[in-house]
Amino acid sequence: MINKKVNSVSEATKGIRDNMTFMLGGFGLSGIPENAIAALVKSGITGLTCISNNAGVDDFGLGLLLHQKQIKKMVSSYVGENDEFERQMLSGELDVELIPQGTLAERCRAAQAGFPAIFTPAGYGTEVAEGKETREFDGKMYVLEHAFKADFAFVKAWKGDAAGNLVFKGTARNFNPCMAGAAKVTVAEVEELVPVGALDPNQIHIPGIFVQRIFQGEKYEKRIEQRTVRTRE
Amino acid sequence: MLDKTGIAKRIAKEVQDGYYVNLGIGIPTLVANYVRDDIEVEFQSENGVLGMGPFPFEGEEDADIINAGKQTITTLPGASFFDSATSFAMIRGQHVDLTILGAMEVSENGDIANWKIPGKMVKGMGGAMDLVASAENIIVAMMHTNKRGESKILKKCSLPLTGVGCVKKVVTNLAVLEVTDKGFKLLERAPGVSVEEIQKATEGTLIIDGDIPEMSL
Repeated sequence: MINKKVNSVSEATKGIRDNMTFMLGGFGLSGIPENAIAALVKSGITGLTCISNNAGVDDFGLGLLLHQKQIKKMVSSYVGENDEFERQMLSGELDVELIPQGTLAERCRAAQAGFPAIFTPAGYGTEVAEGKETREFDGKMYVLEHAFKADFAFVKAWKGDAAGNLVFKGTARNFNPCMAGAAKVTVAEVEELVPVGALDPNQIHIPGIFVQRIFQGEKYEKRIEQRTVRTRE
Repeated sequence: MLDKTGIAKRIAKEVQDGYYVNLGIGIPTLVANYVRDDIEVEFQSENGVLGMGPFPFEGEEDADIINAGKQTITTLPGASFFDSATSFAMIRGQHVDLTILGAMEVSENGDIANWKIPGKMVKGMGGAMDLVASAENIIVAMMHTNKRGESKILKKCSLPLTGVGCVKKVVTNLAVLEVTDKGFKLLERAPGVSVEEIQKATEGTLIIDGDIPEMSL
């Protein structure tokens, strides 16, 4: 067993520097690497490019990094829940590349899987495709989208072991498996680090080979953005 | 004239037995409440769940189980969770049978705009561009006019596009329209709405062929 376990979030984030490109898992606030984000905020590094489906909310998730103006550029698909994000984007302080959600996932996966680029129908004929190569296959038009290049991928799983194997829970899985192994260094944080051998090899979602460092997060707030319930009859 | 619930009820009639359906945020989300209960349908949410159930009872919310609108949800027996790449493989690979989404504008050639108002509002396209670029069957749920009374059913969209030539059907508070080679074909009128009122609220080419029935809900 190749041991990927590190003892602290500071050890896990060793090597982060100004102007780096990071991938961060999560959809909304579900499945975000809360402990890594807290460490990035604490580090004070700036000029970051962050690839993440959303940008958190004003006071949580990537919103915390935005508030400190640590992010130079965001690559996301949807930013609707974050007023500070919208303000920085409209004022031009923040460079934003909005891309289709499926394209975001596949550009991560391409980097993980060794594809330099992929063709997707998403965005053809829209401003997303401007300046990009397009090509017809069987009568339908596609846009060439390149694999991401990132320095670190920060992903969050439910359970993991020292070998780096990961198991996710519910829709907190989202972009995390696509980003694992898609950057030079993948840092996985888990709610529970279990002994090696405790996870059933049949049930592992992401094999440890895609992970360089793993640690158990100190705490998880797991905020709910839109608490929606029905009444009991 | 229909309210948002009425639009959702009318669209629910388009959902057929055995369909996998993706519902967008807003009016489309309501459609799930009105699908006939004698058919089998599975709802997909692009953040990674198939087999979505109703909202949870109070106290049973789980931060790890949400829909694409970030609302807490439940799952039904037979449900599955998956990553974002797999989710969009279902969408791009045309495994999802029906996509229902909202729009700011629709044009008579089937273009749709729903993600950006330059200089004013930018929320992002989310999964909408992937959905409209791939789905065989796209129904748009929207109000026929904006708050200023201007038509959103146009000859040509004025806002940045989400997709080109993809919308098949539009259900508004006033009418059911089918996108054809020659423009919007008026299929049904909302209860109490005249053909003249629909014509007046429609900037794009409206094809009125014979008697237009009132929709039943």
